Amino acid sequence: MTYLAKPKFHHPNLPKNALGYTHRDYEGTVSTLCAGCGHDSITAAIIQACFELSIEPHRVAKISGIGCSSKTPTYFLGNSHGFNSVHGRMPSVLTGANLANRDLIYLGVSGDGDSASIGLGQFAHCLRRGVNMVYIVENNGVYGLTKGQFSATADRGSKSKRGMMNTDNSIDLVAMALQLGASFVARSFSGDKQQLVPIIKAAIAHKGAAFIDVISPCVAFNNHAGSTKSFDFVREHNEAVNRLDFMASRMPIEVQYEPGSVEIVEQHDGSRLALRKLAADYELHDRGAALGFLQHHAAKGQIVTGLLYVEKDPEDLHAHLRTVDVPLNTLNAPELCPGQSALDRINASLR
Amino acid sequence: MKNTDIAAPDYFHKVVDCQWACPAHTPVPEYIRLIAHGRYSDAYMINWKSNVFPGILGRTCDRPCEPACRRDRVENEPVAICRLKRVAADYKDDVTARLPRPPQHKNGKRVALIGGGPASLTVARDLAPLGYACVVFDGDQKAGGMIRTQIPKFRLPDQVIDEETGYVLGLGVEFRAGRRIDSMKALLAEGWDAVFVGSGAPRGRDLDIPGRKEAAANIHIGIDWLSSVSFGHVSKIGRRVVVLGGGNTAMDCCRSARRLGGEHVDVVVRSGFEEMKASPWEKEDAQHEGIPIHNYLVPKEFTHENGKLTGITFEKVKAEYDAKGRRRLVPAGEPDRHFPCDDVLVAVGQENAFPWIERDIGIEFDQRDMPKVDPQTMASTHPQVFFGGDAAFGPKNIIWAVAHGHEAAVSIDKMLNGEDIADRPTPAVELISQKMGIHEWSYDNDIALDQRYKVPLRDKTVALRDIKAEVELGFDVALAVKEAHRCLNCDVQTVFASTLCIECDACVDICPMDCISFTQNGEEAELREHLNAPSLNLAQSLYVQDGLKTGRVMVKDEDVCLHCGLCAERCPTGAWDMQKFYLEMTHAGKSCRPPTPAQRRSAA
Repeated sequence: MTYLAKPKFHHPNLPKNALGYTHRDYEGTVSTLCAGCGHDSITAAIIQACFELSIEPHRVAKISGIGCSSKTPTYFLGNSHGFNSVHGRMPSVLTGANLANRDLIYLGVSGDGDSASIGLGQFAHCLRRGVNMVYIVENNGVYGLTKGQFSATADRGSKSKRGMMNTDNSIDLVAMALQLGASFVARSFSGDKQQLVPIIKAAIAHKGAAFIDVISPCVAFNNHAGSTKSFDFVREHNEAVNRLDFMASRMPIEVQYEPGSVEIVEQHDGSRLALRKLAADYELHDRGAALGFLQHHAAKGQIVTGLLYVEKDPEDLHAHLRTVDVPLNTLNAPELCPGQSALDRINASLR
Repeated sequence: MKNTDIAAPDYFHKVVDCQWACPAHTPVPEYIRLIAHGRYSDAYMINWKSNVFPGILGRTCDRPCEPACRRDRVENEPVAICRLKRVAADYKDDVTARLPRPPQHKNGKRVALIGGGPASLTVARDLAPLGYACVVFDGDQKAGGMIRTQIPKFRLPDQVIDEETGYVLGLGVEFRAGRRIDSMKALLAEGWDAVFVGSGAPRGRDLDIPGRKEAAANIHIGIDWLSSVSFGHVSKIGRRVVVLGGGNTAMDCCRSARRLGGEHVDVVVRSGFEEMKASPWEKEDAQHEGIPIHNYLVPKEFTHENGKLTGITFEKVKAEYDAKGRRRLVPAGEPDRHFPCDDVLVAVGQENAFPWIERDIGIEFDQRDMPKVDPQTMASTHPQVFFGGDAAFGPKNIIWAVAHGHEAAVSIDKMLNGEDIADRPTPAVELISQKMGIHEWSYDNDIALDQRYKVPLRDKTVALRDIKAEVELGFDVALAVKEAHRCLNCDVQTVFASTLCIECDACVDICPMDCISFTQNGEEAELREHLNAPSLNLAQSLYVQDGLKTGRVMVKDEDVCLHCGLCAERCPTGAWDMQKFYLEMTHAGKSCRPPTPAQRRSAA
C-alpha cells in the first residue's frame, strides 16, 4: 500500500470513451491493501472494463461483504453507489437492491472467505435464483486479514507460508456455480488482464447471474513455493480454454477470424463475444461437459480459465417473478393504486 | 529492443530534461531540493561549480532548461528554474570560505584570456585554482564584458556582477583593465602557454536604408547605445522612440528607452510575433511596460527634415511558405506605414569582428570570416589558441559561454599536461537508492497539481522612473519554497530489476501517468504502439528490461513520469527502486586526467 494519494496528474494523451471520461475517472480512492495484492489488479481490470463500456458511474451499484476483497469497491468507481454489508451477506443485500431497482448494473464483490465459508449459503441461493448481477470472487485461498490461515478454497495438499499442509478438501466455486444454475460462469487470473477485462465486460453485458472466479495471489501470505494460488503456480498450470474478445452492441465485427477458429456468441443486449478456442471441442453451452472438463483437469492439477459456460437464453429473477418492468422508485400513486374499477375486475376474476 | 543500459551516463541524464538541456549541465533538481530545505548556500555552491554566475544567470539566463522541463509537459508551465537559482544567490550566507583558495604554488604555466566576459572568467575560474597564472585582458575598467555593458541595470544590478566576477578574480586571477588587445601576433610573441579568446560578438549590425546618413544623429546601434547607457554616457532619449529588431537586445533597448524619457516606445519587427528571437518572458516584460510590438513590417526608409529624423516608413509584408517549409516575406499589398519618431534604436543583430587577429599566424577562418573552432574542444587551428562564448560561433548567451569556458579549460589543462585534448573522459555518474523506510523516501514525492508562481515585480510607475531600480524583486522565501515544490525530482530515477519482479502489475495499476507496460518485445516503433498510454514523444526514451518469467519485457516510457515513486512503493519485491542520479561534469583538473590502467581495467 501507499500512504500517498495517487496524484491527479494524468497522461496528456489519455484516450477518452464515448462519455468523454478517461479510465482515471473510474478510479476510487487509493488502495490500502498490501503492495502487490492481486485484488488491486482486479480493481484495475474492473476500472478498465467500465471505462471501455462507457458505463455511467451512477448507473452502477457495487456491493461487498467483509474481507480484503470486500474492501476493494472503495478503490474503483468512486462515483457509483456502494454498500459494504455484513460478512457473507453481499448476495442478500444485492438481491434486495436488484428487486427494488432493476435498472442498475450490480457488481457483487466478494472473496473466498466471504463466499465459500460464512456466505456459502448466500452464494448458493443468489445464483440459484438467477439475480442479474456480476458476482466476482477475488480468490486467494487464504484469510489475508487474519494473517494467512487456509480458506475453504485452498487446495488439499497445498502448503501455508509457515509450512503447514492443508488436509481439507477445497470448495470449487466454479463447479458449484455451474451446478447452481449460474447462466454465465468464468474463471480468470489477476495477473492476466488481457483475459480478465473482456470477461468482466461480457459479464456486465450478460443478463442473468454471471459468476467470475478470479484467482488473485496474496503476496503477503500465499505466494510461496507449495502454494497453488501463487503467481508462479497459476502461470505454470493455467489451462485457458478460450480467449475472449468482447464487442459492444451494434458494432460491426471488425476483426477477421479464420473460419472454424472462433465462435461468436450473441448476448441478449446485442453484444457479441468472439471466442478464440484454445482447447479443441470445448462446448461452451453444455453445463455437464463443462463440469466434467473442470474436474478432469483439476485432477491433473491444472487450473482451467476462460469463459467456461454461457446459457443460450438466460432468464433472471425478475422474469421468474414477473415483476414490474421499471424500478419501484418510479411507481407513483396511479400505478400503485389503480382505482375501484381495477379492484372490481380482480374481484370479478376470483368469483 | 535491446535492454536499456542504464550504466551509460547519458541514459538517465536525458531523463533529467532540465539538466540535459542546460549547456553547462547544472544539476537542477538537486539545487531546487536544497532551496526547498532552506539550504541556500549549498544550492548556490552547486550552481557556482557548474555555471559560475548563479546570481547573474538567475536574473538573465536564456533558460533552455525551462522549455525542457517535464512539468511543462504534465501540467502547463515549467518550474521557474531560473528564478529559483536567483533565490539561492539572494538568500545564501557568505560563501567566501567555501570558494577555492588561490593556490600556494603556481605551476609555472601562463594563460592569457582576451575579454573579461563570462567565457574568459569561466576558463580562469577553472584554471586558476590548479596553479595556472591567468591574466584577463579587457578594454573596460571592470570585469563582466557584455554582462556589464549590455544588460540593463534594472534587470541586473552592478553589485551582483561585482560580487560574482569578484569571486573569480579573487582566485588569484589578474585583471588588466583598459587593456584592449589589438594584435594577436604581438600577444603570442609574449610567450603565453595558452591563449583563450572570449571577446564576444561586439559589433552591432547596421541598417543601410535611405535616410540612414542624413538622420544619423538620431539613429543608434542598439548594443552601443546600451553600453553608453550602462556607463552613464547617455541619460535621455526622445519622447517617441522606435526600436527595430525582435531579439533580446531589442527588448533591453525598448525598456531602457522607456526609462530615459521615451513616452511612446514602439518595437517593430520584420517577422511574425511568434517567430521573434526574443525569449517569450522578455517580450512579456516589454509589453507589461506598455510597449507595443508591431510585426510583419520591413523598414524601407528613414524620413528626415532639415537633417533631423522625423520617422521611419515600413512596408507591410506577410509570410509565405514554400514546399520545403521555408519562410519568405512577401509584400502584403497594403499601403506603407509611417511611424513618426524622435529616435531610432537599431537592434537587428550582432556580428563577430576579429580585425585584431592577423590572418597569417596559423588561426584559420572560414568563408563567413569566423575562426574555425572545434565544437567539443574549443580549439582553433593554432595549437595554443582556444575560443569560447560568442567569439567562437557567433551570438548565443551567457550559459553557452560558460559551457564553452569549461570545455576550453579542460582542453588547455590537458594540452599543458601533454595529453590529447580530444580524449575527454565521460562525466562521473552516481546512482544511490533514496529508500529510507517502507513508505519513506529521502525526497518529497507527494506530487500535486500546482500552477507556476509569479515573481513579484516592483510597482511599474516606480520602476519606470529609475533605470537602476531592479524590476523583479525575486521570490520571497515562502514563494520560493512553493515553487521549489513544483519540481518533480526527475533526477530521482526509477530503476527496475527484472530478477526481482513477479509480474503482479502493481506498478502498472498505480502509475498515475500510465508509463509502465509489460508486453511482448519488438522494435521501438512497434513497441511504442503497444504501450498502455499513447507514446508520441519520440524524443523521450523507452526504458526496456527483459529477463521476466513470462518472457515479456518491462517497458517504461520516460516521457511524462512524475518520479513520484508510487511504482516503488507498490512493488512487493523491491523490483523498482528510486535512485538518485548525480552527474559530475568533467572539468579541468583531476577529473579530466586520462584514467589510470587500474581504472581502465575496472571499467572494462
